[in-house]
Amino acid sequence: MPSRTLIRAGFLTFALTLQVLLGVVPAHAADDAAVQATLVQLRDADFDGKAELVETLAASNHPRLAPILKALYDSRLYYQEENNRTVIGLNDAAEITIEDAVTGAALGAVSKRSLDRITANNRLRSLIENRLASLGLASADSQQRKAAVEAFMRNPDPSGAAPLRERLAVETDGGIKESLTLALALADLASDDATVRATAATALGGQMQTEIRGRLTRVAADDSDANVREAAKSALSRTEFRLQLLGWAETLFFGLSLGSVLILAAIGLAVTFGVMGVINMAHGELMMLGAYTTWLTQQWLPVNWSLPVAVPLAFLVTALVGIAIERGIIRFLYGRPLETLLATFGVSLILQQAVRSIFSPLNRSVAAPDWMSGTILLGPLEVTLNRLVIVGFCIAVFALLWLALQRTRLGLEVRAVAQNRAMARAMGVRSARVDALTFGLGSGIAGVAGVALSQLTNVGPNLGQSYIVDSFMVVVFGGVGNLWGTMVAGLSLGVANKLLEPWTGAVLAKIVVLVFLILFIQKRPRGLFPQRGRAAEV
Amino acid sequence: MTNKLSKIPYWLLAGTLTLSATLAHAADTIKVGVLHSLSGTMAISETTLKDTVLMLIDAQNKKGGLLGKKLEAVVVDPASNWPLFAEKARELLQKDKVAVVFGCWTSVSRKSVLPVFEELNGILFYPVQYEGEESSRNVFYTGAAPNQQAIPAVDYLMKDLGVKRWVLAGTDYVYPRTTNKILEAYLKAKGVKEEDIMINYTPFGHSDWQSIVSDIKKFGSAGKKTAVVSTINGDANVPFYKELGNQGISAKDIPVVAFSVGEEELSGIDTKPLVGHLAAWNYFMSVKGKANDAFIKEWHDFIKNPKRVTNDPMEATYIGFNMWVKAVEKAKTIDPDKVIGTMVGIEAPNLTGGTAKMLPNHHLTKPVLIGEIQADGQFDVVWKTKGLVEGDAWSDFLPGSKDIIADWTAPIKCGNYNTVTKTCSGQNFK
Repeated sequence: MPSRTLIRAGFLTFALTLQVLLGVVPAHAADDAAVQATLVQLRDADFDGKAELVETLAASNHPRLAPILKALYDSRLYYQEENNRTVIGLNDAAEITIEDAVTGAALGAVSKRSLDRITANNRLRSLIENRLASLGLASADSQQRKAAVEAFMRNPDPSGAAPLRERLAVETDGGIKESLTLALALADLASDDATVRATAATALGGQMQTEIRGRLTRVAADDSDANVREAAKSALSRTEFRLQLLGWAETLFFGLSLGSVLILAAIGLAVTFGVMGVINMAHGELMMLGAYTTWLTQQWLPVNWSLPVAVPLAFLVTALVGIAIERGIIRFLYGRPLETLLATFGVSLILQQAVRSIFSPLNRSVAAPDWMSGTILLGPLEVTLNRLVIVGFCIAVFALLWLALQRTRLGLEVRAVAQNRAMARAMGVRSARVDALTFGLGSGIAGVAGVALSQLTNVGPNLGQSYIVDSFMVVVFGGVGNLWGTMVAGLSLGVANKLLEPWTGAVLAKIVVLVFLILFIQKRPRGLFPQRGRAAEV
Repeated sequence: MTNKLSKIPYWLLAGTLTLSATLAHAADTIKVGVLHSLSGTMAISETTLKDTVLMLIDAQNKKGGLLGKKLEAVVVDPASNWPLFAEKARELLQKDKVAVVFGCWTSVSRKSVLPVFEELNGILFYPVQYEGEESSRNVFYTGAAPNQQAIPAVDYLMKDLGVKRWVLAGTDYVYPRTTNKILEAYLKAKGVKEEDIMINYTPFGHSDWQSIVSDIKKFGSAGKKTAVVSTINGDANVPFYKELGNQGISAKDIPVVAFSVGEEELSGIDTKPLVGHLAAWNYFMSVKGKANDAFIKEWHDFIKNPKRVTNDPMEATYIGFNMWVKAVEKAKTIDPDKVIGTMVGIEAPNLTGGTAKMLPNHHLTKPVLIGEIQADGQFDVVWKTKGLVEGDAWSDFLPGSKDIIADWTAPIKCGNYNTVTKTCSGQNFK
């Protein structure tokens, strides 16, 4: 039993360390024991008790305070019953590597079931964040100081303001100085002195952060002093117009990002349905296969690298599946749209159930890489990174597809066959091969869209179903056989949906858009950009 | 060729013999129907419950069966198709003559089979938390009623977290609509003002949450502590939580308490951005205790995958199964009328260390636990009710059902009894 030996070895190390510590620096060791004793109490305490214990710990100024609090914050602090001590887990597995919480001595790996996790709740986490912030203030690293001030602003507890005031006196970095002033003004809003509150409210005017605006709104509504309420109101009004503009910009971005998802989902269909005229009901399932390919790559590669690998891989996999579908089924059904529709619907059911049998009906968890998590400031507008990446990705896919259709030999042949099959064949184009490759191209793009969707929604057997209707909607609206039409249609449907949503709610917005589409198709059956010329009449 | 053809009658004969052998064998077993979707949208949740029932039947047979007979599972697949639920239920009761059925997940599937069970006098154990406002003589509700999940969760948020502003977000169908109606009435009764409640419905499988999350963020920035009470169902949860994480809303700013997100659902999500969000259930896999440890071990052994999680509807299935076994043993028959007659008052241990009791309204007593999501996809219990809460079929907070109770014991014997007018309307089996 290697783990046993490891524990024993770990325990020996611990004992040795303890001895050394006891022998060399007895004062420190006594301190350690006190901290350990406090930590051990954490196990049985309720959350109020835990909050008090955290305060005691914070007051102890122990050198290991930051890692201990961080571990409690992350739920990595455990109680080990056999040795009556607390330990920090360094990984999360059935066999967990631990270190002593107080001394930091490595203790090897133990079974997770032998440890009791010390739980934290949200209130405790807020408290820890606040206390860690005051620790981080003294850090030499300006990034850490900045993070500390931001953490304080998230829950501005006036009792923790003193270290900020001290820091402000000695701070040299201009940016941090500014946020320190803001943070202190926020803390001052809770002051007992009405004049202090009024000055603080005025100082906070013109700030757009939600934390600050939230506090000001509350002060403007319930402060006991009329002057303070007035100051808060005028501070708020200074940002109102900008906020409104920002709201519109935000809605526009939401619309564009929804639109780019629609385009991604529809663009493969624009090739198979638009150019070839094949109604492919299995299009959604091809996206699903792309998403599962992403999941599979994440099993082998680190999350941050998996997506760039998954994109070409998903293209290959789904393109091959697409070619197989075309060669195996669809080519026998050209010119018979109803049969094609039914056959591909059958294929979609088969693919779904196959995935259910192979990967289980449960959803797979696809992680988001770090470079796609969180938000970024585009000017004053805060946008989520994953949406921004997907908008960019959509543009790239669209550009590549357009280039492929306009500038390559295959693209030329595809267009030729789409316009006039007989003539193209007469000119020596092997139309059967072109059909297979076109279908493969459309399917491959569906797979690539699946990679993007894996970042937004569930990766499960039903992924395709939820997008197939939208995809057809976009292609029909845009005009069959027109890539630009698909682009314009996707974007306008996305923006329209998002403009309607705040007024009507998500359910009604969808219905309104659908009704509009039906009416539109009545008026212009060929969509926004109908194909003209002889080919279109066939 | 002729040789092969002449063999066919033998094959047929052999087949008939095997068939009759099975039939003869079947007479010695008690059939248990399992009515859970194994394909379609709901397969994700319901497949697990099918496996749970099979595991419980297996364990019961190892103990020697029931009334000296072996139990035999009859599994059908209603394929997430609501009308098909009714057809399959009829098939189970009429053709297979099952003694009891464990099944259904969504309320609409339960509503679809209800008339079949009442007409053919079958017994259904329904293991999922639901919106209440129902009590049938033929159905035993082993999941939570709204007062065993939603109301205590709101109490916790109000008292322990000091929440003043409420977002009630749900998927657009009967369970969220009813639950939110009850919650809205409850919150208003507690003095919450109209402008501090935001109600939002989204379609099934909604995946673009950008503007709704941004609205929630704005709603929450009014300076009062805000929480989201989520009755968002199934697949729509993943993009919702992802969007929350992406827009930087952490559980510390705006906690989300969910009634439909359990361990099973979390196993398909990257849970890091979700840490600290809440869920209210009557069971969590992380609860320590002998009964729960044994159940988890049994489950892992049965399913042969140590990574599979357990969840609340599984516990409800476990309790329901054990209660049915006890009732049959007590009644010494599988006759539906006799079993239904003995069910009320039957007690069975739950997995969190207490005892569940079947109440006259066919609901259970349950503890209510609130858990916070951890990075490993498990919940840590942060709060629990002092004792057990009795399931209330008809909510006390809705004007229409305030005076209505369900009581299947004499003398009332009614699922919809008005205590003011002393009349029984509907679902009355005299």
